[in-house]
Amino acid sequence: MKTIIDIKSLKKDYHIGEVTVHALRGVDLAISQGEFVAIMGASGSGKSTMLNIIGCLDRPTDGNYLLDGVNVAGMSKNERAAIRNLKIGFVFQSYNLLSRTSALENVELPLMYNPAIGARERRERAMAALEAVGLTDRMDHMPNQLSGGQQQRVAIARSLVNDPVVILADEATGNLDTRTSYEIMSLFQELNARGKTIVFVTHEPDIARCMTRSVVFRDGHIIREEEVRSRLDAAKMLRAIPVEEE
Amino acid sequence: MNLGNLLKVAIKALKRNKMRSFLTMLGIIIGVASVITMLAIGQGSKKSIEDQISSMGSNMLFVMPGTMRMGGVQQGSSASQRLTVSDADAIRAECHAVIAVSPEVRSSGQAVYGNSNWPTTIYGANEQYLEIRSWEVVSGRNMTDSEARGSAKICLVGRTVADELFGEGIDPTGETVRFRSIPFKIIGVLKEKGQNSFGQDQDDVIIAPYTTVQKRILAQTYIQSIQMSARSAGESALAQQQVEEVLRRTHRLREDEDNDFSIRSQEELATTMTSVTEILTILLGAIAGISLLVGGIGIMNIMYVSVTERTREIGLRMSIGGRSVDILLQFLIESIMLSVFGGLIGIVLGFGASSVVEALTSWPISVMWGSVFLSFAVCTLIGVFFGWYPARRASDLDPIDALRFE
Ligand SMILES: Nc1ncnc2c1ncn2[C@@H]1O[C@H](COP(=O)(O)OP(=O)(O)O)[C@@H](O)[C@H]1O
Ligand SMILES: [Mg+2]
Repeated sequence: MKTIIDIKSLKKDYHIGEVTVHALRGVDLAISQGEFVAIMGASGSGKSTMLNIIGCLDRPTDGNYLLDGVNVAGMSKNERAAIRNLKIGFVFQSYNLLSRTSALENVELPLMYNPAIGARERRERAMAALEAVGLTDRMDHMPNQLSGGQQQRVAIARSLVNDPVVILADEATGNLDTRTSYEIMSLFQELNARGKTIVFVTHEPDIARCMTRSVVFRDGHIIREEEVRSRLDAAKMLRAIPVEEE
Repeated sequence: MNLGNLLKVAIKALKRNKMRSFLTMLGIIIGVASVITMLAIGQGSKKSIEDQISSMGSNMLFVMPGTMRMGGVQQGSSASQRLTVSDADAIRAECHAVIAVSPEVRSSGQAVYGNSNWPTTIYGANEQYLEIRSWEVVSGRNMTDSEARGSAKICLVGRTVADELFGEGIDPTGETVRFRSIPFKIIGVLKEKGQNSFGQDQDDVIIAPYTTVQKRILAQTYIQSIQMSARSAGESALAQQQVEEVLRRTHRLREDEDNDFSIRSQEELATTMTSVTEILTILLGAIAGISLLVGGIGIMNIMYVSVTERTREIGLRMSIGGRSVDILLQFLIESIMLSVFGGLIGIVLGFGASSVVEALTSWPISVMWGSVFLSFAVCTLIGVFFGWYPARRASDLDPIDALRFE
């Protein structure tokens, strides 16, 4: 399989006054197309820093990073913005939907920053993305009219709409209850089954078991990397959890 | 992001906070409306003064004896400083830029008809006087050249004199009125002019041949002033120069001697009078401009609040591919829109306020298109200027920090 992410001896330092924080201390990581990688580790171990660099939101202090065959480590701010627009899809813990803006418009947003895509194509692709997350009937709803799980689905649709080479999720189930978490994981598994490459930061082992590989960080190093054996089927888990009585 | 999308995003953002957007615009609305109204009032009062001055005569020039100082006329008493009929004749003969010349002598006294009497002023002049002073005869006729030179006991009366002596609206042509006991036959009535800008009633006059007033009433040979019309407004300065040359010669002034007369033009008078209103206009406009500035600062303030409130939105937009310039433009366009929409409403309001003032003052208030365009341009500039720093702050944010912002 094609290598989507190829990272070698990546370092990231933060300078706060006199103090230097070594958030990443030399990380090698390769992710192939179609993988569903869990990034795990304790709080402060460097997971988010890693994900932000993979997503070209941040630049490494040192090291090499090829994304989809392109060296992005030395890119300018604007070049990185263009890469994010075309090749990356982000899903955040707190959804980050625009308030008082319909689900459809929220999903359209990334395509607004792509001058090659017209209004009509934008709408069509956004509708298709909402359909893929099962929210066709909620297109015109505002975020405050949607449940947390539904909002996260809208966010996932938004991350899909530009057909990225990789979807990056940082604790995407962190704000959700167990049941809704599995619903979201089931959706991610579905997307992965259709070939999407996904990198997913979580500290919950059960959630990580829904993926194909797990990478564990500690103090800015990868301390363990393994294929997930006995992978969980999120849809099956969901059926096992009783629906809570209201 | 292209311009169409940017505009859409800006309109949406403003709609999301309708009340706040409106209150922010209010500063600009009031500022623009007051700039437009103040300038219109200034322009209106200037125009009303100009109208009144032009009703005094057409391209009028006048010569007075003595040197005119800032405070007024320094009347000379020596004979050499006096103006005479031959001065007026010399001007008429030699100054090509002057098309009408009349001597003027005046005297005040009681006009009497039957039991009625009325204190008024008699002006001694010739047949060109009416043309110079833009008078029209509504009934009867003007005097002739020979009447003017030949001490004819005739006169023209203004509407006020006619009303006071003969009764409201009555045509006294053909009647005889006495002024300082001298009988004058009324040959015509002057068209009504109304008050001048000093509040004087311009219709409270009697006009008679200058020779008659000189001999019968004043018993003097000199004249008080010479009134003239230049051929056109453009030739006013030339006429002034020609008159000066002629008078210096007839008064036998040496090279090194100052003029013993002063020439003033209607234009100068107008300039002096309107300069006051111009200063007033500038003052009013400046005060209004300050409120526009305050409006701009209001926009800046709200834009800062808005940037802070929407820090996460900014982070999100950056994470999905928004470049710094996209974010900058987004906020800049928002502030330009606030200011331009406010400006448009202000313009409409300014027109409304101007017509209210017009109705109240009966000044010929006219909204200057220049001030409309100016306000519009200033609003756009205000939007850019006061939106720039908040927008820069937004576009300089680090996407990760912005996304994490609580
Ligand atoms: N912007 C920053 N400035 C300074 N230190 C930071 C910054 N971001 C992260 N760090 C530090 O880097 C380390 C890794 O943080 P992070 O990647 O957020 O950890 P995780 O996501 O695994 O909890 C932590 O020690 C954190 O304090
Ligand atoms: Mg984290």
